[in-house]
Amino acid sequence: MTPPATLSSSGAAYGSVDVVYGARHRFTTAAAITGIAVSVLTAFVGLPLLAIFLRVPLGTLVAQLHSPVARDALRISLKTSLTALLFIVVVGTPVAYLLGTRRFRGRTVLVTFLELPLVLPPAVAGIGLFAAFGRTGLLGAHLTQFGIRIPFTWVAVVMAQAFVAMPFYVRQAIAAFASMDPQLLAASRTLGMGSTRTFLRVSIPLARQSLSAGAALAWARALGEFGATALFAGALAGVTQTLPLAIYSEFGATHLDVALAMSALLVAVSFGVLITAKLLLRFQTWV
Amino acid sequence: MADERLEVELRHHLGRIDLDVRFSVGRETLALIGASGAGKSSVLLAIAGLLRPDHGRIVGAERPLFDAEKRVDLPPEERRVGLVFQHGALFPYLSVAQNVAFGLHPRARSKRERSERVGEILERFAIAELANSRPDRISGGERQRVALARAVATSPHVLLLDEPLSALDAVTKSRVAAELSRTLADLRLPTILVSHDLGDVAGLADRVAVMDEGRIVQSGTTAELLRSPASGFVAAFVGTNFFSGVATRAGGVTEVTLDSGVVVASAAAAAGPVGVIVQPWDITLHDAMAGAPSAGPPSADSGQNVLTGSVTSVAPRGGTLRVSVASLPPVVAEVSAEAPGVDGLSRGAMVAAVWLNAATMLVPDDAAAPTE
Repeated sequence: MTPPATLSSSGAAYGSVDVVYGARHRFTTAAAITGIAVSVLTAFVGLPLLAIFLRVPLGTLVAQLHSPVARDALRISLKTSLTALLFIVVVGTPVAYLLGTRRFRGRTVLVTFLELPLVLPPAVAGIGLFAAFGRTGLLGAHLTQFGIRIPFTWVAVVMAQAFVAMPFYVRQAIAAFASMDPQLLAASRTLGMGSTRTFLRVSIPLARQSLSAGAALAWARALGEFGATALFAGALAGVTQTLPLAIYSEFGATHLDVALAMSALLVAVSFGVLITAKLLLRFQTWV
Repeated sequence: MADERLEVELRHHLGRIDLDVRFSVGRETLALIGASGAGKSSVLLAIAGLLRPDHGRIVGAERPLFDAEKRVDLPPEERRVGLVFQHGALFPYLSVAQNVAFGLHPRARSKRERSERVGEILERFAIAELANSRPDRISGGERQRVALARAVATSPHVLLLDEPLSALDAVTKSRVAAELSRTLADLRLPTILVSHDLGDVAGLADRVAVMDEGRIVQSGTTAELLRSPASGFVAAFVGTNFFSGVATRAGGVTEVTLDSGVVVASAAAAAGPVGVIVQPWDITLHDAMAGAPSAGPPSADSGQNVLTGSVTSVAPRGGTLRVSVASLPPVVAEVSAEAPGVDGLSRGAMVAAVWLNAATMLVPDDAAAPTE
């Protein structure tokens, strides 16, 4: 479910190696080992995904998606993951712009810090959110005074998702803004556009495709979020139970068909997101 | 009419060099030429507001754009200074028409006014047929034209062009130069052209300022610079022959022993360290094998200087050929393409470069060695 944080824009690097050395392919022990390794890895990734679709008939999968549990989970997942994505894009874009276009002391430290959720175990993220925003938490204690309770609400789901998915967007956005041609920004300024207008009319259009790819990856990560959500938001059916949490609970309740149906949906969505992101990055045209 | 003059006076520490320039431009075109790293582009950026100088002031059309002492520093968008980048810096995601419309503020004009203005500009710059093309689908010359049109559309008070011709091939270059010359004459704005090649912009500029190491070392018309370069650097830069040596008076002529040991004669009087300038068009070339004027030490009698060597390059420039000769010291001659014997001027041909003593100009030598 977790796609890589940044994608290279093309596979040209591998292709060129082939052009240089590919002319004299001979069957060697090394080639045999490589062949076996490729088969093993492909099967290792492919079989579980294939098994989801082959375990029960396709008609059953589609029918089970209409079950109340699956429908609730799908609704909550869409609502929370899209809200998390909105938050990530609105807050992450200006931050990424700053980090991508300016050099200042502590920049590298800040970038590394913002990337931390990439490698942090999601359970740790969940505990952290709980310790900060929980009823007796660092900030949560004060929020409680105003009658604001975050844990075990859909807002908690959004926060858990935003926390773990944010770096996927921000990293891509930093790279996109860093690769802008500074002359285009300068040209915009001399043509009478202030820095805000220049950001909206030049930076955003220039980075548009990269930002979309980053957003797609972040959304996929938010959609798949499990660990942090489970700890900070729980799995209240109809409130905080997202698709991954529903898969877990249906699996535990031996409703394997429903779990498989929701899994199949997530496989399809993940595949679609990954392909979309790759296409966006490969064909950066201005049409 | 208000004074449209652009007054520039700025000092700025720029890594390796210290920028220190002061000049003013009326309704004319000033060419700022110099080697790369001389600070020419930084001057443009400072005027446009994209670089903040340490000291100085910039006034455009009686508006203070920058004043270090009075803490005036208008942002680029308020300066009304049009800047055209070398490769155009067109927005790749916008069509030609959208690029031209970019600087027309929606607040200042109605939609109809804007599209009328864009149409008028597209017509004026003869790019109407490209209106819907993307910048990556048009030629380098067209990009240059669109970039200029986009800058002019915003009615700037000052126009800055950074290396407007350098990115173009030779054929396009002369066509774009002719267009640019007409456009600039029409606009009659204070205009600064930056170039590393005087030949590119000589025809466009009313005045030329030569920059070296952050300073303007000489300014004047192209003819003035060619006729009397103030230093070895300028001479080398504008493409004349410049040598340094020591002059001694011998009879009716001045003999100058060049650094290479060769002695040349001049009709001008001088003594001590001097710079020797010989204009390329004062040199004639003769087939060295055909017993043309004999090579030998100059004398009052011969009245001319002869250096022999093989031709290293022949470059056409308009109706003339610019011929480099590997004599000691090497010289550059400009001969008419119609001159007799020109057909024999190919690489490797042995020639005698000849000029009259009267064509040997002497100037006080400066320490700066020619770098080109």
